Amino acid sequence: MTRTAWIEGIALWGSRFPGWELARAVLRGEARAPQAPAPRPLPALLPANERRRAPDSVAIALEVAAKACAAAGRDPRSVNSVFASTHGDLAVTDYMCETLAHTPAQLSPTKFHNSVHNAAAGYWTIATGCKAPYTSLSARAWTFAEGLLEALVQADCDATAVLYVAYDIEACGPLATMAPSRGMLGAGLVLAARRSPRAQALLRWELREQDSPRAPAARHTQLAAGNAMAGCLPLFEALARDASMHPAPERLAYPLGPGLVLALEIGAESREPAPPV
Amino acid sequence: MSEAPDTMSEVPGTMSKILGTPAPGRIAPLRISAYTACSAVGRGRGATLEALRTRRGGLTPNDFGDQPVATCIGRVAGIETEPLPARFAEWECRNNRLAWLGLTQDRFLDAVAAARARYGAGRVAVVLGTSTSSIGATEEAYRRLQPDGTIAPDLRRPIVHTPHSTGEFVQHALALTGICVTTATACSSSAKAFAQAERLLRLRLADAAVVGGVDTLCGSVLFGFNALELVSPEPCRPFDPARRGINLGEASAFALLERGAGHAETGPWLLGYGESSDAHHMSSPHPEGLGARFALRDALARGGTDAAQIDYINLHGTASQKNDEVEARVIGSLFPARTLAGSTKGWTGHTLGAAGTLEAVITLLALESGLAPGTLNSTALDPACGPQIRLDGMQADLGLALSLSFGFGGSNCVLLFGRQPAA
Repeated sequence: MTRTAWIEGIALWGSRFPGWELARAVLRGEARAPQAPAPRPLPALLPANERRRAPDSVAIALEVAAKACAAAGRDPRSVNSVFASTHGDLAVTDYMCETLAHTPAQLSPTKFHNSVHNAAAGYWTIATGCKAPYTSLSARAWTFAEGLLEALVQADCDATAVLYVAYDIEACGPLATMAPSRGMLGAGLVLAARRSPRAQALLRWELREQDSPRAPAARHTQLAAGNAMAGCLPLFEALARDASMHPAPERLAYPLGPGLVLALEIGAESREPAPPV
Repeated sequence: MSEAPDTMSEVPGTMSKILGTPAPGRIAPLRISAYTACSAVGRGRGATLEALRTRRGGLTPNDFGDQPVATCIGRVAGIETEPLPARFAEWECRNNRLAWLGLTQDRFLDAVAAARARYGAGRVAVVLGTSTSSIGATEEAYRRLQPDGTIAPDLRRPIVHTPHSTGEFVQHALALTGICVTTATACSSSAKAFAQAERLLRLRLADAAVVGGVDTLCGSVLFGFNALELVSPEPCRPFDPARRGINLGEASAFALLERGAGHAETGPWLLGYGESSDAHHMSSPHPEGLGARFALRDALARGGTDAAQIDYINLHGTASQKNDEVEARVIGSLFPARTLAGSTKGWTGHTLGAAGTLEAVITLLALESGLAPGTLNSTALDPACGPQIRLDGMQADLGLALSLSFGFGGSNCVLLFGRQPAA
């Protein structure tokens, strides 16, 4: 059965495309990605003294979460949220394991509470005063797709708007050989089950069983090469397209595991409903 | 929550007025066709129920690691000497060993095999909750680095150094190929797994779901909670005015959820869930338990019932100063005096990401056996407690029960279970 969601807000942040405006132009081929990497985002939501101390995972997640809600014109307090990260905060994990190996009694309590996978989600709800539920999940190579599925499912079940935030940061220390990830990459979407004036794009989706599915290829892989969340790019390339130049919907199939795909059809908001994918 | 009434039950409509947002609609019940747990009190449902009945706790002085923190722990005996079957060698680590120990109790593997045969491997979802997954393997890798600073060859297995380690192991071990995700919202993780699975089944994206929670003792949580000054040097005493903090434990617990129609209509049943965020503090609960109230209201509303009907509550009851005080006030203000509430963390310790499913299993055992286990190790009750919170175990006719999980990062989840498919 094909289901429908409306994309109300889009955010994307990578060090070569810091923000959706620039990212969209780069992904459309209308602008060149800057050569010099941008400094990490400083989320305006956090108090000034916490802004610089926040772990990278929190900084990137809050940046795209806030931008996606702003783009949708949604009050962050009104949306459920789904946070997805393949590895969580790799730098904090490296600190934890390094400290535990040598001076465990000196473990920093702040680093410990920043080490939980739901740290970014926790800071988001605290900073915005959002009492709606959040979740925080991981699924190795399938993290982006499983997280997107959960966000779509929540939007459908609760007939509400859901913020989806996917991010991974740079790995460091010995762990980098086991859980490799380069740079910072964050993606944010606000998804709604019902069409409203906020709708920017139509997303039709369904599950399909398929043996050993392959991940969709991005045209701009070099922009986020090596980041564990780089698999998000094909969807954002589709969202970046100029609908007046490319009226046909774009189809993507994201593997959810060894035998299942999340089939997506991305179209412009103004398009008439298409036949089932 | 100063305007909240002090006593007696409230219907969801009244709570909605206080909380300011509408409650969700009712959901169809889900049949729990199999469930099991392994914790410090024993392996499987029989051993767990026996420990609850005889009030035999599983907390012992901390002997985990070379420089143990002065606390007590709920350690599962025998993990060290029971490696995974050779075919799972790539997944070898303490957390996946405990996952396997859990899966092999109470004919759970058979129940999943039957569901796989009935629906297909791609139609049985896996939603696994954990807090730290197999981080213990990464900690060990850092302790045993090679002279050149690289990870020792036997631990060069990327699958055990990422949060999804145990979720993917469980899917692999059960020969499933459908939706598989690891939920990591600290102490609410594997309670939220039930909520997530319910949605997948409701939208028919899966026909059955294995939900579970697995967390093992590791340096991160023992030294981490110690750094936060939250661990108790003695066996934890939930709701006792002299409580001194939490004890960490380890557990694996699983349940198989299916839609009701078409098969033998035997329960127990998942009737509702409620989720919320405190929006207050990373490691401290909202002072009036506002998030907990939202989650309670939504669980009751989805089950089509109200607080007055609840017979048993398995409380979060960690024995931390703040949690127990806030939770006691919330329970006292919402439930009738006849509700039997208690915390079972004095038996198992706080099993973090596994606690949601472990305590769901204990709640299901309570419904099926009629035993409301009470609270272990505590000898008195905090003045914040109402008549609902009990120290002693009690035998009663239990039809409807709640299990409460409130996590680090302000993530709350409440599950509603029933012996019958309707509240």
